[in-house]
Amino acid sequence: MQEVKDFKPTIVAFCCNWCSYAGADLAGSSRLSYPADVKIIRVPCSGRVNPMFILKAFERGADGVIICGCHPGDCHYSTGNYYTRRRLALLYSMLDYMGIERGRTRVEWVSAAEGVKFSTVMNKFVEDIRALGECVKLGDIRCKD
Amino acid sequence: MQGLELKLKERLQKLLDDGTVDCVIGWTKGEFIYDVTPAIFTKESGLDGFVYNSFCGANLSKYLVSQITSDKKFAVILKPCDTYSMNQLITEHRVNRENIYIIGVGCSGHIDIDKVKAQGVSGITNVIDNDNNIIINSIYGDSKIEKASVLLSKCQSCKGSELKISDEIIGEGIKTPTCDERFDGVKKLEAMTAEERFAFWKSELSKCIRCNACRNICPACTCRTCVFDNARSNVAAKANATEFEEKMFHIIRAFHVAGRCTDCGECSRVCPQSIPLHLLNRKFIKDINEFYGDYQAGEESNQRNPLVNFTESDIEATVISDKEGK
Ligand code: SF4
Ligand code: SF4
Ligand code: SF4
Ligand code: FES
Repeated sequence: MQEVKDFKPTIVAFCCNWCSYAGADLAGSSRLSYPADVKIIRVPCSGRVNPMFILKAFERGADGVIICGCHPGDCHYSTGNYYTRRRLALLYSMLDYMGIERGRTRVEWVSAAEGVKFSTVMNKFVEDIRALGECVKLGDIRCKD
Repeated sequence: MQGLELKLKERLQKLLDDGTVDCVIGWTKGEFIYDVTPAIFTKESGLDGFVYNSFCGANLSKYLVSQITSDKKFAVILKPCDTYSMNQLITEHRVNRENIYIIGVGCSGHIDIDKVKAQGVSGITNVIDNDNNIIINSIYGDSKIEKASVLLSKCQSCKGSELKISDEIIGEGIKTPTCDERFDGVKKLEAMTAEERFAFWKSELSKCIRCNACRNICPACTCRTCVFDNARSNVAAKANATEFEEKMFHIIRAFHVAGRCTDCGECSRVCPQSIPLHLLNRKFIKDINEFYGDYQAGEESNQRNPLVNFTESDIEATVISDKEGK
């Protein structure tokens, strides 16, 4: 077992192009820090995130997966994130039902102007995942180093 | 039940003779009374071998999907639970309603032969179904057992005797079995700790041989190319190589039918490994009911699936991520 303080979690963040990715950019240009453990994957809309993306991220070694999109009502495609919200609530509830720690999955709404929120959300999420430790329930051991 | 078979056969023959339909989707006899198989009968073949008995538990609605491009007219026999699937197939434009003549049949529950055999009966030659008890003739003599103890699991959580769609009804007034609370199994799991739930699913899902029977039988699984058959999807049908794949297959299968699954019970019935797949489907159904309001897929045709719908005040996924407790 690794010591918790040495544990460097792998976090995958799916960010929609129009709000959250821009929010991440703003966080960067405002020199707000967020941990380097967060790997951002840009998607056209939070609605693009197929449940399989999330499962696959865990398979390949993610310890936490977070989906960020525009605030409800502000989606660039008007309603994409409303569907995302329903879909992911059900998916996360199912993962919980299967005994996978529910804190490993998250959805947050971050606008292009919310660089500060982006950095807070990511810092908090990484902290939570650090506390949970390595994800062993939903990974393929062959993909871990 | 015997009377029902005669009535059905007579009526179907008429429908074939007067040209109302060209084909009939029903069941054909097997070697034993309990090994009946879904079959298509035509005017030419006649109704030779047609059977309807307590072992006709299969949901025939899915057989119509492959006939969607056919210009033939089909008669199909549907039990109350099967009519939900039919409505759902109509909603999703997977069947051609104009070419289908639905005979709704009353139902007092169907029998699981494995449960009969588990009671120590063997050498079965005939089964007489009296709706609340059954008489079994065997080479060792006759015995009488309570029907409730040998019902198919899906009949133990029957949704009721109402036929949701039909062109005519045969066997009206037959009462469906009284049953358990549908979500009891899900609630029991929810009350466990995460570790216990994880262990439960690990032991269940590790039995899966990825035969795909649960998908093939499912009337909601009607994709032209299923992701599990699509080589480019990276998850195409193959034996589960890792524990991850075991879970992935089941999460994705259940997720694809979420909001569309009528809880017809076919997936659990056909699983050769007796994996309780209904506990996955019903979790989605229960969550949908709780989060977005009661919804029964197939209750009527052309309803809007809650997963392609939303309200501005829907619950946030963070409610689940931040939930306290086990
Ligand atoms: S029917 Fe059972 S064994 Fe076959 S793929 Fe489905 S769950 Fe697995
Ligand atoms: S998932 Fe199972 S219960 Fe639901 S519609 Fe398909 S076969 Fe029926
Ligand atoms: S498992 Fe999914 S992709 Fe395959 S047939 Fe069912 S709904 Fe379609
Ligand atoms: S574009 Fe940002 S959530 Fe749809």
